[in-house]
Amino acid sequence: MLSALAYESWILHALIWLPLLGTFHVLWAAEDRAKWLALRWSLVVFVLSVGLWWAYDPALGGGYQLTSSLPWIAVWGVNYALGLDGISLFMVLLSTFTTPLAILGSFNYIKKRQKAFYALMLLLEVGVVGVFSAVDLFLFYVFFELTLVPMYFIIGIWGGERRVYAAIKFFLYTAFGSLLMLVGILYIYARGKALLGVTSFAFVDLLQIPLTPQEQMWLFGAFALAFAIKVPIFPFHTWLPDAHVEAPTPGSVVLAAVLLKMGTYGFVRFLLPFFPLAARHPNVVTLMLTLGVIGIIYAAWVAAVQPDAKKLVAYTSVAHMGFVVIGIFALNVNGLQGGLLVMISHGISTGALFLLIGMLYERRHTRLIKEFGGIGRVAPWLATAFVITALVSIGLPGTSGFVGEFLTLLGVFENHPGVGILATSGVIFAAYYMLPMVQSVFFNALEKPENREVRDLSRREVVILAPMIALMIVIGVHPTPLLRRMEPSVQMVLERVYAAAPPSAALIESVQEETVETVERVE
Amino acid sequence: MRPFGLLLLQAPGLEDSQAAWEPVLPGLIILLPLLGFAINGALALAAARKSADAVRAGREFDFFGNGRAVTHTLPTWVGPGVLLLAFLLTVVNFVGMLGAELHEPVIRSYWSWITTGDLNIAAAIQLDQLSMVMMMIITGVGFLIHVFSVGYMQNDPGYPRYFAYLNLFIFFMLVLVMGASYPIMFIGWEGVGLCSYLLIGFWFSDEEKASAGKKAFIVNRIGDLGFLLAIFLLYLVFQRVDYAGIFGDAESVFVYGGPVITTVTLFFLLAAVGKSAQIPLHIWLPDAMAGPTPVSALIHAATMVTAGVYLVVRSSVLFALAPLSSAVVAGIGVLTALFAATVALRQQDIKKVLAYSTVSQLGFMFLGVGVGAYTAGIFHLMTHAFFKALLFLGAGAVIHSIQHALHHSNKDWDAQDMRNMGGLRAYMPITWIAMWLATLAIAGIWPFAGFFSKDEIIWMTGAMAGAENAPYAGLYTVYWVLALATAMLTAFYMTRLMVMTFHGRNRTGATGAEHLHEAPKTMWIPLAILATLSVFGGWINVTTDLRESVLGGFGALPMGEWLHHWLEPVTEAAHRVQEAHLGELAHAAPLGGGEVAWGLISTVAALAVVLVTARLLGRKEVPVAVEDAEPTGLSRILFNKWYVDEFYHRWVVDPVLTTSRVLWRIVDTRIIDGAVNLVGNAARAIGWLGSLLQTGQVNTYAFFFTLGVLVILAMIGF
Repeated sequence: MLSALAYESWILHALIWLPLLGTFHVLWAAEDRAKWLALRWSLVVFVLSVGLWWAYDPALGGGYQLTSSLPWIAVWGVNYALGLDGISLFMVLLSTFTTPLAILGSFNYIKKRQKAFYALMLLLEVGVVGVFSAVDLFLFYVFFELTLVPMYFIIGIWGGERRVYAAIKFFLYTAFGSLLMLVGILYIYARGKALLGVTSFAFVDLLQIPLTPQEQMWLFGAFALAFAIKVPIFPFHTWLPDAHVEAPTPGSVVLAAVLLKMGTYGFVRFLLPFFPLAARHPNVVTLMLTLGVIGIIYAAWVAAVQPDAKKLVAYTSVAHMGFVVIGIFALNVNGLQGGLLVMISHGISTGALFLLIGMLYERRHTRLIKEFGGIGRVAPWLATAFVITALVSIGLPGTSGFVGEFLTLLGVFENHPGVGILATSGVIFAAYYMLPMVQSVFFNALEKPENREVRDLSRREVVILAPMIALMIVIGVHPTPLLRRMEPSVQMVLERVYAAAPPSAALIESVQEETVETVERVE
Repeated sequence: MRPFGLLLLQAPGLEDSQAAWEPVLPGLIILLPLLGFAINGALALAAARKSADAVRAGREFDFFGNGRAVTHTLPTWVGPGVLLLAFLLTVVNFVGMLGAELHEPVIRSYWSWITTGDLNIAAAIQLDQLSMVMMMIITGVGFLIHVFSVGYMQNDPGYPRYFAYLNLFIFFMLVLVMGASYPIMFIGWEGVGLCSYLLIGFWFSDEEKASAGKKAFIVNRIGDLGFLLAIFLLYLVFQRVDYAGIFGDAESVFVYGGPVITTVTLFFLLAAVGKSAQIPLHIWLPDAMAGPTPVSALIHAATMVTAGVYLVVRSSVLFALAPLSSAVVAGIGVLTALFAATVALRQQDIKKVLAYSTVSQLGFMFLGVGVGAYTAGIFHLMTHAFFKALLFLGAGAVIHSIQHALHHSNKDWDAQDMRNMGGLRAYMPITWIAMWLATLAIAGIWPFAGFFSKDEIIWMTGAMAGAENAPYAGLYTVYWVLALATAMLTAFYMTRLMVMTFHGRNRTGATGAEHLHEAPKTMWIPLAILATLSVFGGWINVTTDLRESVLGGFGALPMGEWLHHWLEPVTEAAHRVQEAHLGELAHAAPLGGGEVAWGLISTVAALAVVLVTARLLGRKEVPVAVEDAEPTGLSRILFNKWYVDEFYHRWVVDPVLTTSRVLWRIVDTRIIDGAVNLVGNAARAIGWLGSLLQTGQVNTYAFFFTLGVLVILAMIGF
């Protein structure tokens, strides 16, 4: 059926342009209709995107599928080129799945300037889908930067008391990282032109450029810093708790569920295949694993003493993303697959946690843990949803949280048992930060009269949470279909990492000579 | 994609064993409790909604006002009902297996759980003699406790939620024992921990109870760390994690006593120590008594806490290959047994005595599996499930009755403090008799169930000490002596419990005493059945020596060494390893004397302790709790459980919390963020971005900025 509709040829374009149309539609419509319009647009986008599950065929190998390319800036060789592989497939799905839920979760939270807000949410979707489906480095960078803008305003306008500080911190931090990456991108481009005579930003072309180990190391550094800030990796993480605490609920949801993934996605998409010699260099691996493990343990400990529930969850994000980082730099199938699964699971579970904390905030206008207590008695469904999500977040087997962590740790243990043992201790600390919060908020005596007034979930809120919870359990019980779709692409990345040999001086010379000859012949 | 549709149907293509025997719907045994959970869970959510509305309105919802609501009648049938069906199905399969002469486990795979690279974990279950014994205990004792719960919990507003959790627990426990690989076992392993957490904190409005649940979960997670690491290490060696794949090759892959196998088994030991509340992770179990008493009986006595023992027996060939780890298992076991027994001597809370008694008996099981007596470990696990479940349920009936009495006499005394009880035998004769039978069983007095299982463990410890090539022979002699001493302490503290509760003068006061009552039928029938099992349950595995002596009535006791033969296919490999490396075990105890002689000595000694204690304590006038003096000296130390909790607080919990605060306040806020802000402020001095947000026209600006970006992009492109 999908092929009859030529689904493969238009879907990625639709996923990018439809939310953009929606952005304008929302701006053009009346203020009070903005939220419903945004919800409708994002739902259409999600429904359309579901077909990707079948349209992407892992049996065809791990390369890009559903590709299409249009010349954009011909002089620079920039193409509007899209495509999907097993890695980006789930990131796109995660984005299209989260956006409508985040929008639905904003209905009561966002009271002012609704049109602008919902337009920015849709614009954000344009950005993130673009990031994950671009197969042209220039295009990727444009989308990568594009996501900054709406998030900056979402935090800066609809945020809490210190929103301006948080927004600027978020912007400067990430903009600083991506500027370095831009320098890196231009350098690669220039090398491609010099060595191969190609003027192209297409991933496939750039991968052909024989970069020396030194070049790879520098470029790795430039790209890694940009992504490390985005992830964020310890010690570049301090923008995140501020951004989360100040951001409105939907902002936090998209930030945690999707934007952070752009960092780790960048690791897998660029650091490993583009700079394999640097990525597998023992010092680099040691550094990344160390930072990852520090992230896991440090963030868990800091999370445990947070008085603000939202800040607590923000720190747990740092811990979870630490798992992703060590999974990726385990540089084996289990670790990488696990890292990708943690990304998916974290997207859903942390997104749900932020939504739930937003729901509590809407009811009590505070997020301080000590202000709550005994909420389970007056809002049992809310409590149930929270407990389930918290358990997924701390990796209970049978839920999505476990599968990812398990594979990640297994992969790390395979190559680095010592790191594996340290990282696995994270499962203890996860219980240490999460359960006291759950107890203080939902259990214990219902003492404060304000807490007695807390309502249980509304129908709208059930509609938001139910699909998330269902998905967390389905993935936990039967993750194989996901793993099967990711594996060929993961294998391809790893093959590239291990097959790469440093280019010999002779090779570079010969490539250059060939280029010169070709150029001469053409002339 | 593999079509797996109904989970009951077997998926084609996955590895299945080709055994002669075809089990009857084994998947359904697991699914039934899950179904019960789904139904009771839905009812619980509905009931909670009503009760929440009432709480908001400032009252409690009366579920029992005009007859019971459906949310409080249906669980009575669904909760125990699914367990009964699961039990019957288990019996059918058990009978089938009895006649099958099965040597290989029967494996049924349903779908590929985690498949990636060369890792393939199937959602598969394994039926063999060991999982069968465990399934019988779980569904059988589980069913009795479900029935008891109907009487015990019926008037609780959280009744449907209670059964939802209880059903879910049985589901996970069955996954734990039926899983065909370590990761599947781990699903059950953490799943039962979750249910334990939920049930300990069942009355979550009480901070103490909610905290006890949290403590149990966190301490258990320390053990789970070991479990995960063991799986990882096994995967590294075998590239697979299912039992069939590992156990088949273990003997050829591992060097006897080598570092890898020792590490694997020590990791597993950490897991077992956490789950089975052994030293030094025993601290969560006594607190776990905050849960409803039937939960203590089911989860914290009969089933979940024995999972560690199951783990060791399941991995028996691995432990047999690691003599050092085995010695550590036995050492931890015997020390825990002794330690917990000393604490039990001085507890006043009836459930605390039973809790420490459970820790102590689990120690005996660890000693058993540590000395390589895997069958004896499972044997004691089984008899303990009978008599300890009975003791807890009996205690529940007692507490129920005392609560009633205290309620009517308007006393806010502790209903679990034995000093407030006394003389209950007149009011609760069935409970009294049943609990005495269980006491005699746990004290190890012939011919009750506990005698045979405990005696076998102690005997095997002695035999190990005198084995031909035994490593650490001296150590095992010490274990043997400690085990004997602990057995005597057991007889003492149990008799003390019985005397303080049932004998002497009633201390609830005259107004209260009128309201003391025997338990209702749903509660005493399970007691009676468990009492029967506590008496006769030990006869399924009388060792040959005992059987041929006066202790076995010269062959009059049925089923000699039955369990031993039954489990042989599971423990065969381990026994083979032991024989090859340890040589022949001793036929005499370290002090001389055979099994019969020591059996006689221990039963006579235990009986003497019981009689003397009963006589001495029976005469003593017990003051009620509020009038009792603070304990002093050694009593005080024992009463305070050797101050282990205080030690952990001082040296683990507080330092971790302090460090966490330092990391947050100093490292994160001051150092890292301080540096960031320094840079940020410098940038802000440029004032560019700052001014954007200070114009007051942010919304307009947002719109134009976005539009601008899009226009530029579009212009470049098209």
